[in-house]
Amino acid sequence: MQVPAQFEYERASSVEHAIALLARHGPEARVLAGGHSLIPMMKLRLAEPETLIDINDLSELAEIEVQGDELCIGAMARHADLLASEVAGSHYPILHDAEHVIADPVVRNRGTVGGSVCQADPSEDLSAAFAAIQATAVIQGADGTRTVSMREFFTGPYDTVVGPAELLVQLRVPIHPDGGSAYVKVERRVGDWPVAAVGAALRLGRRNKITDAGIGMTAVGAAHFVAAEAEAYLRGKPATEEHFAKAGEIAAAHCNPSADQRGPVDYKRHLAGELTRRALRGAAERAMARAV
Amino acid sequence: MEISITVNGEDYRRDVEPRLLLVHLLRDKLRLTGTHWGCDTSNCGVCVVLLDGVPVKSCTVLAVMASGRQVRTVEGLERSDGLDPVQQGFIDRHGLQCGFCTSGMMMTARWLLDHNPDPSEREIREAISGQVCRCTGYENIVRSVRRAAELEAGS
Ligand SMILES: Cc1cc2nc3c(=O)[nH]c(=O)nc-3n(C[C@H](O)[C@H](O)[C@H](O)COP(=O)(O)OP(=O)(O)OC[C@H]3O[C@@H](n4cnc5c(N)ncnc54)[C@H](O)[C@@H]3O)c2cc1C
Ligand code: FES
Ligand code: FES
Repeated sequence: MQVPAQFEYERASSVEHAIALLARHGPEARVLAGGHSLIPMMKLRLAEPETLIDINDLSELAEIEVQGDELCIGAMARHADLLASEVAGSHYPILHDAEHVIADPVVRNRGTVGGSVCQADPSEDLSAAFAAIQATAVIQGADGTRTVSMREFFTGPYDTVVGPAELLVQLRVPIHPDGGSAYVKVERRVGDWPVAAVGAALRLGRRNKITDAGIGMTAVGAAHFVAAEAEAYLRGKPATEEHFAKAGEIAAAHCNPSADQRGPVDYKRHLAGELTRRALRGAAERAMARAV
Repeated sequence: MEISITVNGEDYRRDVEPRLLLVHLLRDKLRLTGTHWGCDTSNCGVCVVLLDGVPVKSCTVLAVMASGRQVRTVEGLERSDGLDPVQQGFIDRHGLQCGFCTSGMMMTARWLLDHNPDPSEREIREAISGQVCRCTGYENIVRSVRRAAELEAGS
């Protein structure tokens, strides 16, 4: 039987209360969202926080809505909420593609968007998706809120810029009417973590010229979950199969997968290239479908 | 710490350690052993219960997190006028062999039918995709849920 080490439990009644509790209990306190990463880690004694601050009552952090020209996703939105959200799916189908293949429906009822990105597991799917669509994280502390690009959010495996007395409250994504996006993942079986996965977001101008490209990759050791060199290659070029294939080659060459029970390095590198190509193709098709 | 929790409509108060998992509260403290405990790693789904009406894996929820909330377990399926159509469906279509996965499967099936009274085979398979059955090969579970949907439509 796996039993977590002992800890104190506090339940926050507001964002301010959560931040005050975090400050009071110090750096050994941890936020408890869905608990679907933290509790398993505590059972294995990979995490032994002294205090858990439960933020499940903060329904104000569960909203998914459009504000101005941004899609705003609260940190406590569950995976199932994001999968069910029509506004999220219509502006960013990549999010539905990804959510559909994250864990299983019961885990998705509990796990949250904020918990996923704060966990910063090197194989987390949403990290790649939000990197691709160039989301911004809104982080709140005692002195107010600050914003950080998702591309600067991850400071290493299981590590982010969110400080010990701070809360991730929201992810914001600019809405682009000329954009398309897609996510593709290879997993060993339904509901498993990715062997490799890639998300792509493209904006297309006249004659399908790529005006902006975002490519996020997970489980393949890409720095900040981003394929920056492939993005730079695509900007200004027409959206063609040939360019997507080349971008895949570049992305594969620049990522840094490691061998594990999900596969050897060569296989993962091959997937990185092929999935980049497929994600770009999917994103371009969706952008073109919106343009007509 | 003191928690108060409603399970199958009954209120319970207990003094528990914060590290107690919901599955162990149900089984060991409340003696509701219909909810099973298997992998302990949120993979097998035998521990699924409804928390505020939503299926969750109770091996990955702290009992204190469920304080003040509503839990429904397999013991709460039966109605005053007889078995729940989901239970009847599993009987009619031989939806279990050893029965270890069955309570979790039935709780998810109950939730599915409450949201989608006429689910397709694909939708049923998707709904239970986080739950493992080592006996039936899933075929009869899918048939049982379909049968439950028919029973409900007919009643
Ligand atoms: C069986 C299973 C299969 C899975 N499969 C996949 C998969 O295929 N792909 C995938 O990407 N993920 C997968 N996951 C992981 C899952 O998607 C996320 O890890 C999980 O949802 C994390 O969210 P949570 O709300 O449960 O976070 P928690 O476990 O509550 O928290 C995770 C970490 O983030 C911190 N945290 C949480 N919220 C905040 C916040 N608002 N501000 C600051 N810090 C915060 C916590 O302190 C903790 O350190 C799987 C999980 C399970 C159990
Ligand atoms: S015991 Fe909870 S998922 Fe297996
Ligand atoms: S009936 Fe035996 S595991 Fe499902």
